[in-house]
Amino acid sequence: MSDTLHAVRLTVNGRPATLRVEARRSLAEALREELGLTGTHLGCEHGVCGACTVLMDGAPVRGCLVLAVQAEGTSIRTVEGLAPDGAPLHPLQQAFADHHALQCGYCTPGFLMLAVAMLEEDPGMAEAEMVERLSSNLCRCTGYAGILKAVQAAAAAMRGAA
Amino acid sequence: MSVIGRSVARLEDPPLLRGRGAFAADIDFPRQLHMRVVRAEMAHATLLSVDAAPALALPGVVAAWTGADVAEIPPIPFRATKLKGLEPYCQPILARGRVRYVGEPVAVVFAESAAIAEDAADLVQVELEELPVLLDASLPPAEFDAAHRTEPAIVRKGYGEVEAAFAGAHAVLELDLSIGRHSGVPLETRGAIARHDAATDTLELHGTAKKQHWNRDEIARLLGRAPSSVHLFEGHVGGGFGVRGELYPEDLLVCLAALRLGRPVKWIEDRREHLVATNHSREQRHRIRAAVDEQGRLLGIQNTFFHDQGAYVRTHGARVADMSAGLLLGPYVVPAYRATGHFRLTNKTPAATYRAPGRYEGTFVRERLMDAIAARLGLDRVEVRRRNFVPASEMPYTRPLDALGTDVVLDSGDYQALLDKALARFGWNERCTAIAARRAAGECVGLGLGFFVEKSGLGPSDGVRMSVDATGAVELVTGAASVGQGVETALAQIAADALGVDYRKVRVVRGRTDRIEFGSGAHASRVTVMSGSATHLAGLALRDLALETAATLLQSSADQLSIREGMVCRGEDAVMPLGDVARALAPGMPLSRHRATPGLTTEGWFHSDHMAYPYGVHLAQVALDRMTGAVAVERYLIAYDVGRAVNPMLVEGQIAGGFAQGLGGALFEEFRYDERGQPLSTTFADYLMPTIAEMPPLDILVTEDAPSPLNPLGVKGAGEGGTNAVGAAIASAIDDALGGKGLVTRLPVTPREVLRMLGEIEA
Repeated sequence: MSDTLHAVRLTVNGRPATLRVEARRSLAEALREELGLTGTHLGCEHGVCGACTVLMDGAPVRGCLVLAVQAEGTSIRTVEGLAPDGAPLHPLQQAFADHHALQCGYCTPGFLMLAVAMLEEDPGMAEAEMVERLSSNLCRCTGYAGILKAVQAAAAAMRGAA
Repeated sequence: MSVIGRSVARLEDPPLLRGRGAFAADIDFPRQLHMRVVRAEMAHATLLSVDAAPALALPGVVAAWTGADVAEIPPIPFRATKLKGLEPYCQPILARGRVRYVGEPVAVVFAESAAIAEDAADLVQVELEELPVLLDASLPPAEFDAAHRTEPAIVRKGYGEVEAAFAGAHAVLELDLSIGRHSGVPLETRGAIARHDAATDTLELHGTAKKQHWNRDEIARLLGRAPSSVHLFEGHVGGGFGVRGELYPEDLLVCLAALRLGRPVKWIEDRREHLVATNHSREQRHRIRAAVDEQGRLLGIQNTFFHDQGAYVRTHGARVADMSAGLLLGPYVVPAYRATGHFRLTNKTPAATYRAPGRYEGTFVRERLMDAIAARLGLDRVEVRRRNFVPASEMPYTRPLDALGTDVVLDSGDYQALLDKALARFGWNERCTAIAARRAAGECVGLGLGFFVEKSGLGPSDGVRMSVDATGAVELVTGAASVGQGVETALAQIAADALGVDYRKVRVVRGRTDRIEFGSGAHASRVTVMSGSATHLAGLALRDLALETAATLLQSSADQLSIREGMVCRGEDAVMPLGDVARALAPGMPLSRHRATPGLTTEGWFHSDHMAYPYGVHLAQVALDRMTGAVAVERYLIAYDVGRAVNPMLVEGQIAGGFAQGLGGALFEEFRYDERGQPLSTTFADYLMPTIAEMPPLDILVTEDAPSPLNPLGVKGAGEGGTNAVGAAIASAIDDALGGKGLVTRLPVTPREVLRMLGEIEA
């Protein structure tokens, strides 16, 4: 029960932002409630499902396990940053649509951010490594086949564009 | 070319991909309060006292209620079935006098923030005196309260001369089979946000799903209001699977609080709560007996089963037990049948439907039986099924049984033909040879199968309203709902096909009671069949109206006109946009005056007394690890006849996703309890859902050989066939790997179970 608000300065999707949060606030809650970035979803709040995955300085993190105050000085990317409103979808987002990699869409932002980090790190990643990495997030609708196909297709597209 | 049958892109995807969805937690209203539920921490106890005063003393807390504060609200009701006498077992919105499962709501706290509400809930003092727990539905019933025992009903179904069948049998088989407790567990937990607009005296509930109209009517009744003053709204829904969108205590509590406190009230379930508060499912034990002749043909089945309903009767009443009895026989001819289903309460989370309810369980039981018959008589497992199939020539095939209040009439199907296709595609015979070779080399590998009949398109009625505005945009308002499965796309395709527009021009409005008077929601694989047929009829009527109107305007005859891409065409020439036709029918225009309703708009209604029965087969190949007991599914095939696939991509998506859930229940997922009824599966580290790493290579064969004669599109529901037979097929394959001795009698088949069975065969 802490009433003290802490100012946290960070970069979110390329823009400077300041959060004013209680020490106990998670990064995911702060992004949702202070910045209105509700694309980051909370599925379990104990770090298993990965729906809240965002990128912190380029690395995927569980937004529910990182405290907002720990994000001081970092650069955060969320699903809203993949393609600005009105702009065409990011190749990975487009691949998710093309390969029916989402149904209800609740886990989708977490998978997109997880996979974006993978592809930016190594668009030539082998399938076994992809599966290993993607196994850190849960999807309850698709059975995952479309997700793997979409990530592979986006990897191919990104290799072609590079 | 018709847009029906094409794998067009989903209309739902763009906002979901951009993080612009509107799930329950994303909905906020100014000045909202946050609700937190205080839950029972014992499985069965006398509730001696609840003291909310310490919570109320915390700054930021606005109100706190115990059972006494909501005593005038009736318990949560259930949708009617033929069974009577379930009322005394319904759940109060806050516990009274006794708690009956860990997780039962005993108090609620309302505060300025979710965090304060959670802090305050910890301060509520709940005094309990522990009572003996009942955790096994196959044990004799115990006391529910002073006047009632824990067996609210016995489901009895049957026909034919069962005793004579057994008396004349070549062989009698007896199996004792159990299915573990697991459930839908969507990635989005539940949420409910209520607000009362005092200016118009309208109560709104947001974050709803599945059954908005029924829930609206019941909320209105329980709160003593007119249904027209209560409206439910559906945003995005993070997975339904049967469990979401039923009426729960929390839905009533936020509504009541919004009325009493005069501020919007928001409740978002956390994951631990979800795993103890949202409906569980599946847990049953079957003691099945079968009489067969020398050829392995079924003469009679007698099945006594125990359905573990958990602590209270919920909104489905006894429907799962009812379906378990009514649909057990699947694709086979069974001359005599008697089912006795003990619908019993235990001190666990209440249960209800989960994708393929009663059928996942029943298919496991029936297909274990078919394997047992083959083993007993020394017959091939595939051949035993062939000998017992209802032949295609007998369709439609009436069973003297009912399920969900409808007579079971298998509407169409060629089971033999689908089995042949599936076996060929899977390479069953080649795999049998390969498996034999691997076994000879010391591997523990096996093949399994499960044949099933699903049901879909539960009636009785569904209506839609379809309109074209002056800009040519099409709106389809439906009483159906979406749980994320692609309803908007499928209905838009059907509407577009009938009217003659691009499906992307059709805006589908669903899950809202303020836009349409009646609705049946989204459940029981009913939307494509029922709402889809209503949409088809509305679209055809709208097309006729548009052509007739255009003919007058163009001084032409309607049969010379057609509609393509939203334009009225004469021959190859586009002569008038649909928007112009709509404008000519606007109120006050001469052409509108002889019509009952102005505007280019129609309603379509579809009625059906019978369900449509899709069917399929699952084939599995597994390898067991002798050291760890792990089951590796090496290959899996699902063949499913859906009559007609509106969007094959969506159908395959339903099958693949359903399969993953079925695999969870077959190998990993179970709600476990200790001996005092404390739940042991309260995190995602304990309740194990499959990840991508557990997914085998999955082949899906969607066929359209048996269109349903019961609706104009020929469609059957596709939502549940991917789940239905996974437990059966995986069990069959594991059993085969263990030598086909019938050792696998319980789901899930965990590594510990595999090691135990390996020990048994090697001893």
